[in-house]
Amino acid sequence: MLEVDDLHVYYGGIHALKGIHLSVDEGRIVTLIGANGAGKTTVIRAIVGLVKLNGGSIVFRGKDITRHPTHQIIRQGIAVSPEGRHVFQNLSVLENLELGAYKLSTAEFREQLEWVYSLFPRLEERKIQVAGTLSGGEQQMLAFGRALMSRPRLVLLDEPSLGLAPLVVEEVFRAIEQVNRQGATILLIEQNAMAALTIAHYGYVLETGKVALEGPGAELLKDERVRNAYLGD
Amino acid sequence: MTTTIFLQQLVNGISVGSLYALVAIGYTMVYGILRLINFAHGDLLMVAAYAAIFGIGIFSNPWIAFPLAILITGCIGVLLDRAAYRPLRNAPRISLLISAIGASFLLENLFLVIFGGVPRPFPRPDFFARVIEIGGLRIQVLTIYAPLITILLVLGLLYIVYWTKAGKAMRAASRDFETTRLMGINLDRIIALTFLLGSCLAAAGGIMWAMKYPQVNPFMGIFPGIKAFIAAVLGGIGNITGAVIGGFLLGLGEIMIVALMPELAQYRDALAFVILILVLLFRPTGIMGETTVE
Ligand SMILES: Nc1ncnc2c1ncn2[C@@H]1O[C@H](COP(=O)(O)OP(=O)(O)OP(=O)(O)O)[C@@H](O)[C@H]1O
Ligand SMILES: [Mg+2]
Repeated sequence: MLEVDDLHVYYGGIHALKGIHLSVDEGRIVTLIGANGAGKTTVIRAIVGLVKLNGGSIVFRGKDITRHPTHQIIRQGIAVSPEGRHVFQNLSVLENLELGAYKLSTAEFREQLEWVYSLFPRLEERKIQVAGTLSGGEQQMLAFGRALMSRPRLVLLDEPSLGLAPLVVEEVFRAIEQVNRQGATILLIEQNAMAALTIAHYGYVLETGKVALEGPGAELLKDERVRNAYLGD
Repeated sequence: MTTTIFLQQLVNGISVGSLYALVAIGYTMVYGILRLINFAHGDLLMVAAYAAIFGIGIFSNPWIAFPLAILITGCIGVLLDRAAYRPLRNAPRISLLISAIGASFLLENLFLVIFGGVPRPFPRPDFFARVIEIGGLRIQVLTIYAPLITILLVLGLLYIVYWTKAGKAMRAASRDFETTRLMGINLDRIIALTFLLGSCLAAAGGIMWAMKYPQVNPFMGIFPGIKAFIAAVLGGIGNITGAVIGGFLLGLGEIMIVALMPELAQYRDALAFVILILVLLFRPTGIMGETTVE
């Protein structure tokens, strides 16, 4: 579904991505783990055209989307829940969700809204609240919910559990699995490598801008190097 | 001073203030989204006035000519963004500002070259030029229509900004370009819409300004432009409601000072600058005090 090949990104003199390859099959949960600064966020930003590419190609559902404008890439059926949430603080919860569904008809929007509310009932309770006044966890749910509003085929989640209480983390992970069961493909970035590899079909380990290791989630969980470096064994 | 004169001045103040308000909105909207003081915005008043003159010349019907002039000016506002600002989206703010100043000079001098510097009379339609008497006050109807038209246009704008999808996208973009793009929104279109709306309102203000002071020349937009900018700062730049309040307050303040202290009449235009300095010193965020399109 998504094929990323030989991706290179520079930030000034810093070579942040040094030839990343990545493949996400339809219907899967694929996770991207790695230390701080490994380049995980940069991969997502590169896929949706928010950073300049210095090389490589990105193909989504058989179509080359390399260097396409961001809004066009999104309209192909990709949604992003960005690192640090980035909900629109000055808009209400409902308005945030409406913008997530920018390209949908009113009827489609209603349908998606119901679905997102069923995943995150808290959002429905807070729909008229200004997003800037939500708690951190609620904002995270909103960012995730907003990404789901566009009926995406592929959802890119950048650290959706960051800063959440353990119970809420569980809720978010359950939602990821449920969304996936209902047909969306997921690319998940996580600090919580254990939880991510547990639900992922396949995983990539990034080290300083390169894929250091890859394999099915269950195998990576057993891998000696992964256990030492990311699972704190 | 008699009550009659006081009332007369009050009405005048509200009327002039409403024109400042219309023009101030464009400054504030563009600032809210691009953090740019669009120096060329005031010149759109002048563009609209010329467009209206020619419109009336061709159609001899203000109800066709005025809306057409407003639309043309709106498109020129969009073109301004396309040519002078869009290529600089990722450039430092100062480049954008310089481009704005350049665009302003360009518009003024382009019109000077094409239409000459001799002021043209503005063909004021009878509909606006009539004088009526209310309770002993003799008032030109334009003075009354101006604030009413302004209020209608502002309500329409607020509807667009708060209730339509595009309006919500504008408010989102005023906070966060990247995330707005991540919603599948074509950011350049949203910015173009911002320029379109702001420029159309400025055009409406410009046409009414030209009816009030019917001398049209290539530099006529500068002064009301600066006043409107000050009104936007007074109201809290980036805030639409603030711009409207700031416009009315400035118009009222100017006229009332002159009415109450006639010896200050010749300093009328300086007052706006005094207000600007005071606001910047004591409350840089203005009355409504935020820096986003709200
Ligand atoms: N805008 C930028 N300008 C300069 N360097 C940047 C920029 N964004 C990221 N970098 C650098 O690129 C590298 C990769 O950053 P990235 O944000 O992709 O890492 P990450 O894997 O997402 O880290 P984290 O787990 O902390 O979120 C880092 O060394 C970072 O300092
Ligand atoms: Mg990151």
